[in-house]
Amino acid sequence: MTKFFGMLTAMAGAALAQTAAPDKLAALETAVQSAQSAGDNAWMLTSSALVLMMTGPGLALFYGGLVRKKNVLGTMMQSFILMAVITVLWAVVGYSLAFGEGTAYFGDLRYLFLNGVGGAPNTDYAATIPHQTFMVYQLMFAIITPALISGAFAERMKFSAMLLFMVLWALIVYFPMAHMVWGKGGLLNAYLGGKIPSFDFAGGTVVHVTSGVSALVCALYLGKRKGYLTEPMKPHSMVLSFIGACLLWVGWFGFNAGSALGSSSLATSAFVATHFAAAAATLGWLLAEWLRSGKPSVLGGISGCVAGLVAITPASGFVKPMPALFIGFCAGVVCYLMVTAVKSKFGYDDSLDAFGVHGAGGTLGALMTGVFATKEVNGALKDQALGLVDGNAGQILNQALGALVAWVLAIVGTLVILKICDAVLGVRVDADQETQGLDLSMHGEEGYSLES
Amino acid sequence: MKKIEAIIQPFKLEEVKEALKAIGIDGMTIAEVRGHGRQKGHKEVYRGQEYVVDLLPKVKIEMVVPSGRADEVVKALVSSARTGKIGDGKIFLYDVAEAIRIRNDDRGEAAL
Repeated sequence: MTKFFGMLTAMAGAALAQTAAPDKLAALETAVQSAQSAGDNAWMLTSSALVLMMTGPGLALFYGGLVRKKNVLGTMMQSFILMAVITVLWAVVGYSLAFGEGTAYFGDLRYLFLNGVGGAPNTDYAATIPHQTFMVYQLMFAIITPALISGAFAERMKFSAMLLFMVLWALIVYFPMAHMVWGKGGLLNAYLGGKIPSFDFAGGTVVHVTSGVSALVCALYLGKRKGYLTEPMKPHSMVLSFIGACLLWVGWFGFNAGSALGSSSLATSAFVATHFAAAAATLGWLLAEWLRSGKPSVLGGISGCVAGLVAITPASGFVKPMPALFIGFCAGVVCYLMVTAVKSKFGYDDSLDAFGVHGAGGTLGALMTGVFATKEVNGALKDQALGLVDGNAGQILNQALGALVAWVLAIVGTLVILKICDAVLGVRVDADQETQGLDLSMHGEEGYSLES
Repeated sequence: MKKIEAIIQPFKLEEVKEALKAIGIDGMTIAEVRGHGRQKGHKEVYRGQEYVVDLLPKVKIEMVVPSGRADEVVKALVSSARTGKIGDGKIFLYDVAEAIRIRNDDRGEAAL
């Protein structure tokens, strides 16, 4: 910092000595701009790394610990492999389909093979960071979103079918949804010409509703695991899950505060809202569990924090700290009831509760964003009233429409993709492979070897 | 010769080993096992899903001693492994027909 000011003074001094005042002003402006760019880029690269950390190791550990030990590697692989597959897909066509200015529903091919995505900022999206930083940051979201779905079909999906499913899902569900909400001219984009202006700061609909609802479709389509509710299927390592959930909490600062796309006070506000929601949701879930089943569990605590992080995701850049606490607490209680009462009433085997946490929490968060969004936090639309608290009750409807688009796209898209995968490869492992476990039957190795 | 098989609480293993060492018993084989007798298991709840865990972790100690020493060993086992609560375990005694030391083919009590 001292060095920077020294440089600034030196430059200003030099300008003063040699040239007229306007030149001095221009030199100062350039210096300030480049300092802002450097600061913003540093935060965005850090955030990109944090969001990748959410998938591996975060989600891989969280999900890996919740399955039986014969499936620990298979489950971790379902997250990890997406760090490779989606990255390649994103470079070839994904980024362009999501962020190229195309129609209201999907992008065009202007950035095919990352053509034209370089060091110069894309002023439509983020004026102070290299376009390439924006691109790689968004990639990390495209990786974790399909990985979230894997919680619903844990312990029973064929690896080959999962690969095909994920590629098609990114193409048919994720890229269009990301374009609609965040892409220039997207149907739901409140900032860049959307017809239904819907607020989704960091991906409540794009990431959590799409993945959570698709997860439910997968759970219903694949059917229950063999022995569901008759054989014990308790988590094989709560310790792994605990570490994974804590990594998710930390990584989420990159996810939400990073969505400010710069190192601004809005990033701070989103950081604070994110943290507060996670804390309140942890307490909400634990309280509900303590009252209903007698003991506050560690799994309850970590599930609660994830539920709160999910719900605050769309709201994080729009709400003040107190509403963030409230949103988080509600998400903790609602998601607890979803994975216990609702799941057992309907009897679907959403194995690791991807729908109960991400689908329900994401939808709740999208709606509550319409209530608590305020221009005092997010001034990007100048003096326009944002949510109900600003006096714009109609925003709740816009939020509901945004969530509805995500629900419909996820249900229809996922169902079509599953049919295709089933016809081409068969989606479910056979009974013997399921009994043996995915580690051995799909990958030929074991997570824990007692002989070595 | 008698074979003594004792199933005890895992956390009592160190005390039991000390007690056996004190009366001059050096050889034993132990295994981590799971089981239950009259001790009921416990309930675990994961996201509302209940699991009854009735097989609890225990340690099984096996040793073969000269018949004359069996009572003394059993006494040492009982006093060192007892907490007085349900779940302390059981001891079983068997007659042993033969013992052979693999290294040099010693037979009978000389092999112990």
